[in-house]
Amino acid sequence: MPVKVIVPTPLRRFAEQRSSIECDAATVGDALRQLTTDYGELRKHLYTDEGRIRSFVNVYLNDEDIRFLKQEQTQTKDGDTITIVPSIAGGVEIAGRQFIG
Amino acid sequence: MAIPIATDTMTKAAVSLNKEEILRYSRHLIMPEVGMEGQLKLKQAQVLLIGTGGLGAPLGLYLAAAGVGRIGLVDFDVVDFTNLQRQITFSTEDVGRKKTEAARDRLSHMNPQIQIDTFETRLTSENALELFKDFDIIVDGTDNFPTRYLVNDASVLLGKPNVYGSIFRFEGQATVFGYPGGPCYRCLYPEPPPPGLVPSCAEGGVLGVLPGIIGSIQAMETIKLILGVGEPLVGRLLLFDALGMRFRELKLHKNPACPICGERRTINKLIDYEEFCGIRGEEAVPVTTGIPEISPRELKTRLDRGDNLYILDVREPHEYQICNIHGNLIPLGDLPRRVSELDSSREIVAHCRSGKRSADAVEFLRKAGFRKIWNLRGGILAWSDEVDPTVPKY
Repeated sequence: MPVKVIVPTPLRRFAEQRSSIECDAATVGDALRQLTTDYGELRKHLYTDEGRIRSFVNVYLNDEDIRFLKQEQTQTKDGDTITIVPSIAGGVEIAGRQFIG
Repeated sequence: MAIPIATDTMTKAAVSLNKEEILRYSRHLIMPEVGMEGQLKLKQAQVLLIGTGGLGAPLGLYLAAAGVGRIGLVDFDVVDFTNLQRQITFSTEDVGRKKTEAARDRLSHMNPQIQIDTFETRLTSENALELFKDFDIIVDGTDNFPTRYLVNDASVLLGKPNVYGSIFRFEGQATVFGYPGGPCYRCLYPEPPPPGLVPSCAEGGVLGVLPGIIGSIQAMETIKLILGVGEPLVGRLLLFDALGMRFRELKLHKNPACPICGERRTINKLIDYEEFCGIRGEEAVPVTTGIPEISPRELKTRLDRGDNLYILDVREPHEYQICNIHGNLIPLGDLPRRVSELDSSREIVAHCRSGKRSADAVEFLRKAGFRKIWNLRGGILAWSDEVDPTVPKY
């Protein structure tokens, strides 16, 4: 199913500045896996070492949080939009280090 | 469908509007959605603004203009020159003044009829409940994760709505947490990101007008809650993309397992939020034990002596354009991919703006086997202070 994945601003630098990516995926999990395969640096920002989506990142299929659907097994349809919504807080002076693992 | 907010304001002694107020708020009064009844609700409302910065500025201005009877301002910061790009309550003459005082002056100039209380303090687990309890609505205009969680938890424990707004670069979010039956911040984000994973405004930058838009939306939601009109953003996360000029909405569900607002509350008091967010122990000065450092003066001495040092600048290209000390630019995010460009047999001094990113670079390169690598303590800011004042600070 052709779907669009929206890349939030804080993560665009790891996706060659793209704001959205088109891909073909049957589930939300598939779409995210393709995204992190094409843009490897995104993986550690979206997934823990154990392969779970990080808890400060929410993923929506259209306007529904996948935690309230079938998580990454949520099936997609043509034209669906997957949005990644990380928590943002505004200007933080303290945390200045970038995660490069 | 509007659900009026249940507060104690209705039981307060009846208030009225004087002639001046009737004229001042006439454009409200002539609307049936507000009218005298609505304006009196505004007059009796007590709203606490956490943060008087980018979000707090338009918030304060519009709430004061609307005649909210009591506005509390919580901030411990002073006005900095770099704030003026977006914190529109402040003028150039306010630089160096306490933000609460400068904001209070500005708001009371605009509307002397209202009461403005300032709390020049850091919001902590020790003072939050006491501070919040006399207010009806809390508006979160803060800029860091620990405070976001603190504001949320204190609001939920006291049963007060928390009008939330946040921004990053050119994106913003807004919603109303803590409304009866609605979700709270923890329902959306049970855990904070580890420190440093999400860049700050100081590093990420921000379009000045963006907090103006999101802060105004927060003011609008606050006024709607007070008046009991329209549909507040309860259970709705408004996402704003300034560059695309698009608004989107995502559904926010109350999490039945939420530890503070769910069916079985396990958080009954405020916690140590800095520890929760993992920044206990992170100091403002980025000296990490084990990271070898060199001071700007030492670096200058060695360069003047003709030492064959390789200066590695790990900032971004647009920062290099602002100022540089002729280093070799490899942005931090690109370093893992471009590490082969570095010669580990040479002595390398890494620098960034303030010394934090370059500390990470040094740590990374040491793990990659580099042994002759130092971090420039304090970054190019310190270089400007201690060695060459002609290098602009930013």
